[in-house]
Amino acid sequence: MKTVNIIGAGLSGLSAAITLARSGVRCNLISAQPSERSQSVLAEGGINAALDTMGENDTVQEHFNDTMKGGCFLESESAVRNLTDHAPDIVTVLFQLGVPFRSENGRILLRNFGGQKKKRTAFAKSSTGKMIMTALIDEVRKYEAAGLVCRYPHHELADITIAGGRLQQIIVRDTFRNEFLSFTGSTIVCTGGMNGFFEGMTTGTTQNTGNAAALLFHAGVEFANLEFIQYHPTTVGISNKRMLISEAARGEGGRLYIMRNDQKWYFMEEKYPELKNLMPRDVVSREMFFVSRMPECSGEVYLDMTGLSGEVWEHKLSDLRKEIIAYMHTDPAEEPVPVSPGIHFFMGGIRVSDRHETNINGLFAAGECACKYHGANRLGGNSMLGAVYGGKAAAAAAMEQPSECEIRETAFRESISSPRIRSILRETLLGGLGIVRNAEELQTAIDELTGLCSQEISELDRMRINLGLAALQSAYARKESRGSHYRSDYPDKADAFRKLTVVKYENGAIQLRFVAADSEETI
Amino acid sequence: MKYTIKILRKEREQTGQYWQSFIYETDNSAATAASALSDLNDREHLSDADGKPARRIEWECSCLQKKCGACAMIIDGIPRLACDAVLADMGKTQITLEPLRKFPVVCDLIADRSILFENLRTMQLWLAENAVITDKMQELAYQSSECLQCGCCLEICPNFYAGGKFFGMAAVPVTTRLMSEMSPAAYRQIARQYAKHVFAGCGKSLACRNICPKKIDTENLLVNTNAKLWKLAVSCKMK
Ligand SMILES: Cc1cc2nc3c(=O)[nH]c(=O)nc-3n(C[C@H](O)[C@H](O)[C@H](O)COP(=O)(O)OP(=O)(O)OC[C@H]3O[C@@H](n4cnc5c(N)ncnc54)[C@H](O)[C@@H]3O)c2cc1C
Ligand code: SF4
Ligand code: SF4
Ligand code: FES
Repeated sequence: MKTVNIIGAGLSGLSAAITLARSGVRCNLISAQPSERSQSVLAEGGINAALDTMGENDTVQEHFNDTMKGGCFLESESAVRNLTDHAPDIVTVLFQLGVPFRSENGRILLRNFGGQKKKRTAFAKSSTGKMIMTALIDEVRKYEAAGLVCRYPHHELADITIAGGRLQQIIVRDTFRNEFLSFTGSTIVCTGGMNGFFEGMTTGTTQNTGNAAALLFHAGVEFANLEFIQYHPTTVGISNKRMLISEAARGEGGRLYIMRNDQKWYFMEEKYPELKNLMPRDVVSREMFFVSRMPECSGEVYLDMTGLSGEVWEHKLSDLRKEIIAYMHTDPAEEPVPVSPGIHFFMGGIRVSDRHETNINGLFAAGECACKYHGANRLGGNSMLGAVYGGKAAAAAAMEQPSECEIRETAFRESISSPRIRSILRETLLGGLGIVRNAEELQTAIDELTGLCSQEISELDRMRINLGLAALQSAYARKESRGSHYRSDYPDKADAFRKLTVVKYENGAIQLRFVAADSEETI
Repeated sequence: MKYTIKILRKEREQTGQYWQSFIYETDNSAATAASALSDLNDREHLSDADGKPARRIEWECSCLQKKCGACAMIIDGIPRLACDAVLADMGKTQITLEPLRKFPVVCDLIADRSILFENLRTMQLWLAENAVITDKMQELAYQSSECLQCGCCLEICPNFYAGGKFFGMAAVPVTTRLMSEMSPAAYRQIARQYAKHVFAGCGKSLACRNICPKKIDTENLLVNTNAKLWKLAVSCKMK
């Protein structure tokens, strides 16, 4: 029976599994932990679709325009067109699967989100990701019982073999029994963002170690746009991570300010009178970076939510309020909360075609691990959409190919990474890939990592460092500022760089080239 | 603050468990049991309270903010989430960590909770038709969708054991969500499963009520679902 492997059981993995199962194709759904524990359950604010239920005459065309503009035109029009055209259907199907989006008489209500002038974000308080995941997990259970989805819920990718440009097999480790299995057949990678490269500094899960990405890169899979890392403006440090304060807080009326000459300065409202606090995330984070370094400003940037109505707190943000009280001992309805930018999303990742094929035959990728749809900066609410749509598209492409899967127990010697090297890698990457970058800092970071490679380190650490180096080199080579990539030495956008930064590990070296965003070059 | 973290450990290949203590110092008043475990494991060389080299502590985590259920364990005798257990709030400096007891222990603090997911499959918990979410049911569907499948409620339940016919509170939120979104004709099958695997075995002691880290109103879910069950039973009898 035709069988496809899926690595990762977050939103994109489940979407792929359901798509395959509905066409009668089996899948092995492999993930480090069960779906309930994936990062997708953390998504808060919502999912975008031009459903136009709020009487604002919203259109799919405007969703397309906003996504292209937010991403600074660094994505192919055809890909974004696919995404935004399918969005209304996707959200409608999720509602039919029982996601309790906030609705009235069956009409899904929409909220404002960053980078978009019209209300376009379907939501369930500030736990939209959890609600969507619960519904999809229940749906996948039906196919598990029918034998169409076979879960491997405590299995990590350990190795991948590619020969002649075609995927041969993947090897995964059963982390409970410490045993290894090899799988042949087409494979969709849905392993999420590279949080593990920035341990403790991201809003996401510890489970997305970035090891899968490092292994794939080392094996010859092409990556793109690794320099584009989204810093979410409103995060707070809690033990061992950054906690997100959803953009919905600003969508519902939260305001950012800093003390300037002892007066509250609502800098976003003054500088951007149209979208104000809801400018795209890269703009807000950068403004926060700059204002907090101005001599006339003092202290931290605060998010002021004290003006929100009781109705908003009760029906739209009750869980966010509880969370802030629990982890910060501050009631946001009473007191402004100090916030600072934290790493939130990776626009770059595995390079894929509009059909989610990678440069390797038989290997596909979807969700946050893939570089698709979001260009230089992702709009809030578009990544869950990209994960659902990407999972569907990857599954559709994967099932067109013959794919027999053979599973074998196998012996394998796995390499592990060291906490010391991970921490050096993190600090070096943070030094080079901050909110504001320049050639000098990037070169220093590149030199440090190159030096680290000459030390005696594990194979996995070497692979991780290589991918880190590829990200630094991408940022170095992009001599312009676009979206989340801001170079103080090249502060303007340059048309010549309306291109993807494509990196590939070949013959022991990182090869870098630029490819036009809407190039027809086959992947 | 200086804490002694006493951990019940187990090697993968062996069955026996043993205690090992670690010294953990932090000036972070918000540090949790999860922070202690992460920080201990981040040390270049981990050694126990007696200074002897120790193997890294195996435990599960993911979100570190009470949203995924990965880090459920027994902390000072109580099943709870490590990322929600603020050390400073515990009022003592020696803190014990043990794996959940109702599930097979894999190693150290990792318990194999697969049975949770198997039970949901056995109960055939999925939608039998397109969901209809009425304004009235929205909040109930939301609340019941919040369940983390962490297993804390099963750990505390006097009637649950892994492999038994009674599936415990963890099956209730899923049942409630589905029944709140389906017509009675469509949820008949689920109701039958619920009667067999939850209703019949539940002593309604509500020991599970205050343990849920998501503060899911388990009593409300039980009452709601039981009421639907009764209605269905009565309508069947009348027919
Ligand atoms: C706090 C927060 C709030 C967010 N809010 C929003 C929002 O409001 N709207 C929006 O659109 N987006 C939001 N996002 C982003 C969005 O949630 C993610 O981009 C999206 O859910 C990613 O889904 P995914 O399927 O790609 O990956 P994930 O959900 O991250 O799943 C990854 C899967 O891969 C598995 N995995 C990872 N590594 C390995 C390995 N080595 N071997 C085997 N398996 C592995 C994991 O176990 C997991 O199953 C938010 C993100 C965060 C962190
Ligand atoms: S009410 Fe009592 S018997 Fe029923 S699930 Fe809760 S703890 Fe178990
Ligand atoms: S009901 Fe609460 S305690 Fe039980 S599994 Fe769900 S979240 Fe955990
Ligand atoms: S790590 Fe997710 S609940 Fe603790």
